[in-house]
Amino acid sequence: MTTPPAVGLFVTCLVDAMRPQIGFATLKLLEQAGCRVDVPRAQTCCGQPAGNSGDRKAAAALAKQVIAAFEKFDYLVAPSGSCVGQIRSYPALMDNPGWRRRAEDLAAKSFEILSFLHDVMGWRPNGVRLDATATYHDSCSGLRELGVEAQPRALLESVEGLEMRPLNGANVCCGFGGTFCVKYPEISTAIVSEKSANIAATGADLLLAGDLGCLMNMAGRLHREGAATRCFHTAEVLAGMADGPAIGEDT
Amino acid sequence: MADAAFKQRAHDALADTNLKTAIDRTTGTAETKRAIAVEAFPEFQAARSRAAAIKDHVIANLDHYLIEFERNATASGAQVHWARDAAEAAAIVTKICTDADAKIVTRAKSMLGEEIGLPHALEEAGIERVETDLAEHIIQLAQERPSHIIWPAMHRTREDVATLFFKDHHPPPEADDPAAMVASARRVLRAKFMAADVGISGANFLVADTGATCTVTNEGNAELSTTPPRIHIVTAGIEKIVPSTDHAMALLRVLVRSATGGEITQYTTFHCGPKRPGDADGPEEMHIVLVDNGRTRMIGDEFRQMLRCIRCGACMNHCVVYRQIGGHAYGGTYPGPMGAVLTPVLDGLAQSRDLPHACTMNGRCEEVCPVRIPLKTLLKAWRVRTWDEGLVEKPLRYGLGLWGFAARRPWLYHLGARMALPVMRLFGRGWIRRLPLAGGWTDSRDLPAPAARSFMDQYRRQQKDARK
Repeated sequence: MTTPPAVGLFVTCLVDAMRPQIGFATLKLLEQAGCRVDVPRAQTCCGQPAGNSGDRKAAAALAKQVIAAFEKFDYLVAPSGSCVGQIRSYPALMDNPGWRRRAEDLAAKSFEILSFLHDVMGWRPNGVRLDATATYHDSCSGLRELGVEAQPRALLESVEGLEMRPLNGANVCCGFGGTFCVKYPEISTAIVSEKSANIAATGADLLLAGDLGCLMNMAGRLHREGAATRCFHTAEVLAGMADGPAIGEDT
Repeated sequence: MADAAFKQRAHDALADTNLKTAIDRTTGTAETKRAIAVEAFPEFQAARSRAAAIKDHVIANLDHYLIEFERNATASGAQVHWARDAAEAAAIVTKICTDADAKIVTRAKSMLGEEIGLPHALEEAGIERVETDLAEHIIQLAQERPSHIIWPAMHRTREDVATLFFKDHHPPPEADDPAAMVASARRVLRAKFMAADVGISGANFLVADTGATCTVTNEGNAELSTTPPRIHIVTAGIEKIVPSTDHAMALLRVLVRSATGGEITQYTTFHCGPKRPGDADGPEEMHIVLVDNGRTRMIGDEFRQMLRCIRCGACMNHCVVYRQIGGHAYGGTYPGPMGAVLTPVLDGLAQSRDLPHACTMNGRCEEVCPVRIPLKTLLKAWRVRTWDEGLVEKPLRYGLGLWGFAARRPWLYHLGARMALPVMRLFGRGWIRRLPLAGGWTDSRDLPAPAARSFMDQYRRQQKDARK
């Protein structure tokens, strides 16, 4: 028997503060898939807000912090395509060849949770049940930077009782875009309103996605519009943890 | 950082429901047709790579091909002019027109012409300018600028166009259906085509080994603008060079599919020199104005790959921001993602600092770009410059600075989270409807309240309990 892979769980700053349950769901899934999981305490954020605002210096400093905390593991896994996309772009932030090599090493072993379960661990849900209808939104970074498209759908297909409904424009951005949504709130709102109309048109009970930023944006807009759609991270469903309060419901 | 002018233009655009209808009709159709064309062309991804490689090769050897082009164009009888910037280019064109005592000038659609301010320069010189592309004709009547690089009048609905034509066409159209309106425009423009002294076109390609310039249209107006008048003037950016006609064809395969979803345009014309002895028609003089206007500077910096752009418009058709605010809100010659990269080059970063930031970084533009321009990377490069040049607005700068300070000190960050989360929860347990300093979010969206205790906090307690 081979040794189980050592995985460093990168929680992401949004999950840490806003919805820890996604972190616990990810932890549970990794353990079910046969990984030894550790959560390094020296983690905060991947540096995306700085990187996307043009502050290369701060982004590089945070990148080094993540590299130092996670390079000892076989894999870094996070419940977010956009954070992993940022981590995969660390080499471009490094001026020093030594750091660049370390950044490249980490980038090569960093994965978003659903594609990691499906592609690397070959894990499939077993005996997970959720009686509901749901639709799925492709978060942009996961979709275009990491190729996360078929994996979450394949995994959700194995959830008993769950009926998936196609979402019109599933691969179109929800208008979150990190700081974009508060820097240009009017444009962001116009974009997410089209998304929420498409979500409502599916008539599904649940909206699922793989990035908490996008989920908060869509859930926040749906709730403001009075829609009854409940929003969960895909990992919560797969871990059998979607039976409690959804995003924004009183905990 | 957010520039009031950009935000105001975006606000006005968002309030215009007519605009949204017009944008959705055109970009929606373009998106669908492109998808069908790409589906039907299995080599499309390989053709994109080849197109990108051709452009890269030309950019790396631009001096060589420009000199070759000049030699061959001159041999064909054309006169080649070099313009360092927009003002010089417009002055060269205007001088050719005034030297020829031109009264009427017809113009075939050219974004480069817009870039160098040609419409304005011709008007200043007292020359009657006639836009011959149907959409350009519409926006000339409306006294507007193009809002899209392929469909300049896409912000105008059919109903708007009818109003304009009934007001400005004499006699007016016989009816307000598209066929009658096109017939009316044709009637108005035909007279001008035949009366014009000078015809001005752009070029989709400049072919180095033949000295020809190539125009691609669907209306045939470029041919009617460049053949009957005494003088034909071509204005083109220096990056339009291709080594040979074969290379132009390789680029056409991806250009047309990306722009309109067609396999080829109705008219693809190679213009090679003025009328020769024995030719039935053609201009007596042909002038080619090669325009730099910031392009050679781009070769040397991180925006070099932007010179691959073949102006198809696919990036804007697939852009969530463009599809909400349309082209005019961008405030430059070129809108959408490609415009957000080019406008800071052309107009200066301080003037256009919002454009690279007004993007969600979703990457759909580069996914559809026929020459694989890494638009996201280039937009990020502009963001770095806005940061370095102090063009990011202070509150965001300080906010990010404070957050970054804590994020680089995990103990402080986790302590801060333990203290801040309960405070945020004072504003609501489930949904927060209003939060001080967070109006950007809560004005239009509810905010899920944070957890009472962070993941790291909960996890550490669990680990401690497990060890007991």
